[in-house]
Amino acid sequence: MEAEAAKFLGAGLATLGMGGAAIGVANIFSSYLAGALRNPSAADGQFARLIFGFAVTEALGIFSLLVALLLLFAV
Amino acid sequence: MADPIHQFEIKNIVSLGEIGGAEIAFTNSAAFMFATVATIFLFLVLATQGRTLIPGRWQSLAELSYEFVATTVRQSAGNEGMRFFPLIFSLFMFVLVANLFGMLPYAFTVTSHIIITFGLAAIVILTVILYGFFNHGAGFLKILVPQGIPMVLLPLVVGIEIISFLSRPISLSVRLFANMLAGHITLKVFAGFVAGLSGIGALGVAGAALPLALTVALTGFEFFVAFIQAYVFTLLTCLYLNDALHPGH
Repeated sequence: MEAEAAKFLGAGLATLGMGGAAIGVANIFSSYLAGALRNPSAADGQFARLIFGFAVTEALGIFSLLVALLLLFAV
Repeated sequence: MADPIHQFEIKNIVSLGEIGGAEIAFTNSAAFMFATVATIFLFLVLATQGRTLIPGRWQSLAELSYEFVATTVRQSAGNEGMRFFPLIFSLFMFVLVANLFGMLPYAFTVTSHIIITFGLAAIVILTVILYGFFNHGAGFLKILVPQGIPMVLLPLVVGIEIISFLSRPISLSVRLFANMLAGHITLKVFAGFVAGLSGIGALGVAGAALPLALTVALTGFEFFVAFIQAYVFTLLTCLYLNDALHPGH
């Protein structure tokens, strides 16, 4: 296989990792929604924690995007 | 189709000569950063010019942005965190206004370049490290050792904490950069579908309605992302500064 082709294949495979982050982020928001519907009065106070969990989970998906970008433009 | 990457190109406006083989120039990126800072400055100065007890529209907007950031700081870093309020408020307003500037047609998005966001993240992380060691000395290293962990697991957990601490500047900067970059490329690609489809005749024009509607929806979503990413950057800054203020967890 040519090195150039392997680079593009690797970048494509690296983006699969973002699917995992998608499941994680969806899990956070669905749990938040489920909790918020049970106790709406406590929901607003947890907004910062919701966004923090979202940001930390999203970071791992961003890392796989970073690997894809590095393979495309830096390797 | 128009090149979706073209919008991120840095162009020289005025060349200011060379230093050691590297060109120094006033670029469109710098021009938009000046515009961002000027907008924030004018907004805050003019909005708080005629201060009244019952605020008008502009004054409420300025008070709203102050209260929003102040509440975030107090909740996540405590009252001692308020000594960092000027830094955090500046970061929030800069990132927010730079993101929103990018939503103007033909405008350049400052935060879509990793060097800009990494510079902002480096300011935050260096503040945390310097303030932590300055205030707590070697006690600042306690942030790497969580309490209540069995001795057997401690080496593993400390290793994970060190990796997590080192990846903070990367994740903080890459999150903002990647979100702005990916969002703007997606918008451009869908807008390109509209132009491409309407070029092939009457049937194409009818079919172009779908990507056009999606482009409008995505533009609205991008405004939301611009705000959420500015908030995420601010919130994480507060939480990292909280580590420097109270290293013992």
